[in-house]
Amino acid sequence: MGRYLLSRLGQSLVTLLLATVVVFAGVRALPGDPARALAGEENNPAQVAAIRAKYGLDDAVWVQYWRYLTHSLTGDFGTSVRTNIPVRSLLAGALPVTMELSLLALTVAALIGVLTGVLAAVRRGRPAEWLANGFALLGLSVPNFWLGLMAILWLSVAWSIFPASGHVPFLEDPAANLAHMALPALVLGTGLAAVIMRQTRSSMLDALSTDYVRTARAKGLRERTVVGIHALRNSLIVVVTIVGLQLGALISGAVVTERIFALPGFGKLTVDSVFQRDYPVIQGVVLVTATAYIVINLLVDLLYSLIDPRIRVRGDVA
Amino acid sequence: MSAPATGAAADLLSGDAEEPLLRVRDLTVGFRTEDGPVSAVDHVSFDARAGELLAVVGESGCGKSVAAMALSGLLARNATVSGSVRLGGRELVGASPDQLRAVRGKEIAYIFQEPMTSLNPVFTVGRQVAEVLRVHEGMSRTQALDRAVELLDLVGIPHPRERLRQYPHQLSGGLRQRVMIAMAVACDPRVLVADEPTTALDVTVQAGILDVLRDLRDRLGAAIVLITHDLGVVADVADRVMVMYAGRVVERSEVDELFARPRHHYTVGLLGAVPSARVSGGEQRLREIPGLVPTLEQQPDACTFAARCPAADERCRSQEPPLAPAPQSSHEVACWHPAGTRPPGDRAPGDRAPGVAREESG
Repeated sequence: MGRYLLSRLGQSLVTLLLATVVVFAGVRALPGDPARALAGEENNPAQVAAIRAKYGLDDAVWVQYWRYLTHSLTGDFGTSVRTNIPVRSLLAGALPVTMELSLLALTVAALIGVLTGVLAAVRRGRPAEWLANGFALLGLSVPNFWLGLMAILWLSVAWSIFPASGHVPFLEDPAANLAHMALPALVLGTGLAAVIMRQTRSSMLDALSTDYVRTARAKGLRERTVVGIHALRNSLIVVVTIVGLQLGALISGAVVTERIFALPGFGKLTVDSVFQRDYPVIQGVVLVTATAYIVINLLVDLLYSLIDPRIRVRGDVA
Repeated sequence: MSAPATGAAADLLSGDAEEPLLRVRDLTVGFRTEDGPVSAVDHVSFDARAGELLAVVGESGCGKSVAAMALSGLLARNATVSGSVRLGGRELVGASPDQLRAVRGKEIAYIFQEPMTSLNPVFTVGRQVAEVLRVHEGMSRTQALDRAVELLDLVGIPHPRERLRQYPHQLSGGLRQRVMIAMAVACDPRVLVADEPTTALDVTVQAGILDVLRDLRDRLGAAIVLITHDLGVVADVADRVMVMYAGRVVERSEVDELFARPRHHYTVGLLGAVPSARVSGGEQRLREIPGLVPTLEQQPDACTFAARCPAADERCRSQEPPLAPAPQSSHEVACWHPAGTRPPGDRAPGDRAPGVAREESG
């Protein structure tokens, strides 16, 4: 287990380093010159050159990269060229919102997805399965922005069940925070719920036809135990992978959802900074997002070994 | 259930010899499939007595495993089961899911062919053995684990306490099969169904597993139904043998009698197909039975073996032979022209008119 963990950590670090290269190069590949953009209307060459010098934009590319890398490692992502607020505090303000939204959406998605997936597998070929499949198809095909608008239209405006938009920090007023988060989380979680449902259904069907499930039945266990423990535990191995991969999609989906519900999260920060060519903020946002991906993947891998004992041993042998 | 079953267990304990421990009558199993109905088991009847090892022999696809699964309602939803299965006087065909669940693992337990896949890979061996004890005996976790240690020891697993904490993938096939057996005998079942328990194992491991089964029969007095296609195993451990072909019982006998005087041409073919040192040593080719076991939509009113039988004639193709006492021997055979009696085509006095109900040995 120790060696497995160590090798997995090493892989993650390499990936992270590559991510910094891609982020750095990607931002520089964007059309437009930030120095010119900053200089504004009367961009005389001297002013532009001064701005270049001030932000180190006239240094060699690798020097700029090295500076970026070392500063990032110490948590210094620079200062927004638009607002002069340190990128770190911008990120610190937006991260909790997006994390809360993603976790809530994930919880909603996992609950709905696993339950309906199991139901669809157990009730194969009966109305319950058709219903679950129909729900999954809808969940996959309906775009987030439309679902979000409909949710606001009906649940907020027409029936006034939830507030339509805005954000209240959790520590300030937990109840109001959750009320504001409920709709976005539901909307964001729907697509993921559909993916989880389909995956759970198919791996449950596989699990239900295995010899060990036959053994569990032959032991006289309740059907609830056979399905909910013996089959589900094995199906979850695949489901966890999918969830891990989809968490990335969740973060990008959050961009749209956050805009619809006016949440001051990562999505809003990303879109704003891209439109304003705010290099330091873009770099910070993308790097933190990439790090989140990598950490999630690492966590998913570790979660496997908790669910599937065979992986633990493979790591020891390797 | 309105079966007159109440108190049957007591009858059995008081030594009521009228009804055997497991009494199967006219067990018939079919499957509804996308390609139409398939008949798997056709009017199979047999008894299993306490302390006796009954072997069920036949090729793959002859319905022996399906019949075994049908005993306690373990088949998939698309199976249709009819007939009667009485365990200790209680009817199991048509019993409610709850009733069947109470019987499974407790009174009738199974050992399956594939030890590599029959244990759940994500739970420890100890948990899987303890589980059956907790469900049927209401034991606490620690009680059940203590008992699991004893059971692993009973089936010959060394260092049972350490093994308890291991996962199936850490065990060899032979050890896993012993774990399966430990799980099966945990609640002292009255009937133990072993479905090809040694097929997937090395020969040396096989012998060990068979020893465990023999020992359990003698020690626990369970009725063991051993399903196999290995006649060597049958000769080794069985008391009685039932030969199945295409869903029907074609011959039934004491084990020595069957090997000495096989009456059904299928049995003769099976025995001829057993490799012996004499055959494999020389240049002789191993004898085989030509053709395949048919997959049947419906059971015909004919001998299902006729197409592959050297002695088949018109009658075999138009009338189903009943399972009846074979002439000049003490066992039963479903054949119009039993082997080793008289030449085919010569009507034996024991032959009966079509439509005669099958007889049961009781």
